[in-house]
Amino acid sequence: MQFFGGSEISPAPSAPTGSGNNAHMMYIFNRNGVCLLYREWNRPLRTLNAQQDHKLMFGLLFSLKSFTAKMDPTSVEKGNLGVPQLPGQGCSFHSFRTNTYKLSFMESPSGIKIILVTHPKTGDLQEPLKYVYNLYVEYVVKNPLYVPGTPIRCDLFNTALDQYARSLA
Amino acid sequence: MAPVAPRSGDAVFANIERVNAELFTLTYGAIVRQLLTDLEEVEEVNKQLDQMGYNIGIRLIDEFLAKSNISRCVDFKETAEVIAKVGFKMFLGVSASVTNWEADGTCCSLVLEDNPLVDFVELPDTCQGLYYCNILSGVIRGALEMVSMKTEVTWVRDMLRGDDAYELRVKLLKQVPEEYPYKDDE
Repeated sequence: MQFFGGSEISPAPSAPTGSGNNAHMMYIFNRNGVCLLYREWNRPLRTLNAQQDHKLMFGLLFSLKSFTAKMDPTSVEKGNLGVPQLPGQGCSFHSFRTNTYKLSFMESPSGIKIILVTHPKTGDLQEPLKYVYNLYVEYVVKNPLYVPGTPIRCDLFNTALDQYARSLA
Repeated sequence: MAPVAPRSGDAVFANIERVNAELFTLTYGAIVRQLLTDLEEVEEVNKQLDQMGYNIGIRLIDEFLAKSNISRCVDFKETAEVIAKVGFKMFLGVSASVTNWEADGTCCSLVLEDNPLVDFVELPDTCQGLYYCNILSGVIRGALEMVSMKTEVTWVRDMLRGDDAYELRVKLLKQVPEEYPYKDDE
């Protein structure tokens, strides 16, 4: 297939559709809170500068994750709120929905966090987010010119992502 | 939706694109040979191979996680099993066995009966100190570091040095918790 793509990615999971407009924006963070990628498709209102915006988003996820783990009714052992968790500990949320948007979240054990903000009526996006993770592996991780931990500058990846985001309509 | 079950090493290996084994072996041999010429010191070559492996490992982990559907390992024991049965299978086409656990569960051995890197290889007398497969230990160290485990990986047995198998000793030094990366005043 493409220049960097070694092995085929299994066919893109068909995205659950909501009515009306689709993907607003996407963030990819690494484990150190570096925003590797920010793509925006439909975001009329912007009040913060990009850096603040990324930090706020990362902070939101980080806090939400520790809250969800703290409230987990199934596990006996939980640390104090705000105390760093070891990998494998605790649980993680998949999405939340407000009246105006839905935020879907996926985190790999290696700490790559993929966030997709969509129309509130969008269905479950765990599979599509996994697919994006696979795209990231094929286009970014396997790209010899990419230095791990730096923002992604890879047109092929952006194109593939834009295409896929459109199909989420 | 039911979570997707982790895929076995065999299943992933069957679906992944592969290169010819001889090409792989000979390319690796050529790299080691070139390093020996460039760096002259066997110790330096060991270090360089380990560093190369580390650089591979920190990228490889994402491919591994994406393709194997493995989510989180409960403890280091499970991690070791996954490396031996899924990781090695997926990328090298062989699987290892996990043995010699220390009582506290932080140190174990991965034993490889079969190692595709060493076909056609003989160590000459001048290279007796060389850990020919040192790249593997680097890969494991790098990959585990990306999932928050600091490890130390050393060779215990090496068939090229006359032992009966390849044995990697993996020692878990510490698990690094995920911390909030920004300072408050930033």
